[in-house]
Amino acid sequence: MATITIDKVSRWFGNVVAVNDVSMAIGPGITGLLGPNGAGKSTLIHMMSGFLAPSTGTVTLDGAPIWRNQEVYRQIGLVPERESMYDYLTGWEFVLANAELHGLPHPGAAARKALALVEMEYAQERRTGTYSKGMKQRVKMASALVHDPAVLLLDEPFNGMDPRQRIQLMDLLRRFGSDGRTVLFSSHILEEVEQLARHIEVVVAGRHAASGDFRKIRRLMTDRPHRYLVRSSDDRRLAAALIADGSTSGIELDRQEQALRVQAVNFQGFTTLLPKVAQRAGIRLYTVAPADESLESVFSYLVSA
Amino acid sequence: MNPTVARLTLRGLLGRRRGLLLLVVPALLLVVSAIAAGSSGDKHDLVVNILGKLALGTLLPIFGLVVGTGAIATEIDDGSIVYLLAKPLPRWKIITTKLTVAIGITWAFSALPVLLSGLLLYGTKEGLALAYTVAALVSGAAYSALFLLLGVVTRHAVVAGLAYALVWESLIGNFASGAKTLSVQQWGLAVAETVAAEGSITSAVSLGVAVPLLLVVAVAATALASVRLGGLTLASDE
Repeated sequence: MATITIDKVSRWFGNVVAVNDVSMAIGPGITGLLGPNGAGKSTLIHMMSGFLAPSTGTVTLDGAPIWRNQEVYRQIGLVPERESMYDYLTGWEFVLANAELHGLPHPGAAARKALALVEMEYAQERRTGTYSKGMKQRVKMASALVHDPAVLLLDEPFNGMDPRQRIQLMDLLRRFGSDGRTVLFSSHILEEVEQLARHIEVVVAGRHAASGDFRKIRRLMTDRPHRYLVRSSDDRRLAAALIADGSTSGIELDRQEQALRVQAVNFQGFTTLLPKVAQRAGIRLYTVAPADESLESVFSYLVSA
Repeated sequence: MNPTVARLTLRGLLGRRRGLLLLVVPALLLVVSAIAAGSSGDKHDLVVNILGKLALGTLLPIFGLVVGTGAIATEIDDGSIVYLLAKPLPRWKIITTKLTVAIGITWAFSALPVLLSGLLLYGTKEGLALAYTVAALVSGAAYSALFLLLGVVTRHAVVAGLAYALVWESLIGNFASGAKTLSVQQWGLAVAETVAAEGSITSAVSLGVAVPLLLVVAVAATALASVRLGGLTLASDE
């Protein structure tokens, strides 16, 4: 059982604050670190893996500081986001070298086991430079698992993977999670995170925005006010009909766009209401587009929630 | 020494095209020496020019720069150093292993060709061939330590190294003789001076100054590189 504790951690680069007073504990099981690009996920993972010092606060593994403490790597396996990995080595040589660097008593056996775990034996004699992105990711996994670590940290592991590779990796991570290991992975895609992690930590603009069960986070995200851009055969009449219903909280006539900007209180209610209202009033709908579905807007809502 | 780190460093330095490129420097020296050996004229001056100025003054620092920085800066640049650092491995061990490999390659590709060139040009007369070889061994080790450190502390190791090797040692050293006191090349020559027949090689620095400086630079550079590697920060993509 291993727990990484981030306690009142901030990290700035010059004038830019990348992580702002974040506290969280990552325990056994799978945790998803969710946030838009540039939110500070990588900065957090770099601090958790000992490759960045916090400007203030502490990052510890079971009480031991991680920064400048190479002994923690007996317990931590790291899958970095970058792909470079000694391209001139074969998959086998690469994983074996990692086992040797850990000083394992039987590096050959450990490397074989790790490669079998990620199902990469078939390509282990090929140079890693010739691997596809998914293959590289799996060999990186094998190198991180070769010493049977209690903690596994993965920085954007699903980036650039095809759906099949994604499912394979998810299965693998699920197995580790159910083994009682502490698995933390970062992602900017909500669907990816909720497929895998029950526990989610959300960071936005360097701040810790939400923490908890994925259902709670999902509810926060879908219950937020939604904005839509609507064009119809009679915008004014449609606006009047919509505002009469409780699921709409605001409507604006946008003259430039020649459209309605509608703010809905709840997503479910509005999407069933709109076609009904339009049909009843004999109005034809030309455009119904979500106006703020970008992840950033969802996240910024979460921060203020 | 960690055998795995050594193996990875060696393959990184000598693997594929890079190994062939490194061969260009000794090949160039041997070709020049072979041509010069056939010419008439003062052979002593030829040796001093070819081994002293071309080999020790230009080729050795450039070679040391390529190997010293290549032993670590490439891995830091592309991020693969993570796989060495995310291990319970003392940082000084990584540095000393890489330094040993860098020195070994520098010696094999520089000091050995210097010896061959010297013998080709001048035989064993005045002990010049041996003296310049000793200078190449000593300076080669110091350059390796210095440039390995540069590879750890700056992302612009090659530029900084070139600035030192070419601008400081060659250019400024020619105008301001004080700069020569802090020149690896002159330290090497000071050692060579004691090996060769009296008066055949001269250095701007005395042996009593050169040896302590060589030791201080090599040890301090290695120690500092180890400390800096222990606190290496990965550039965030964000």
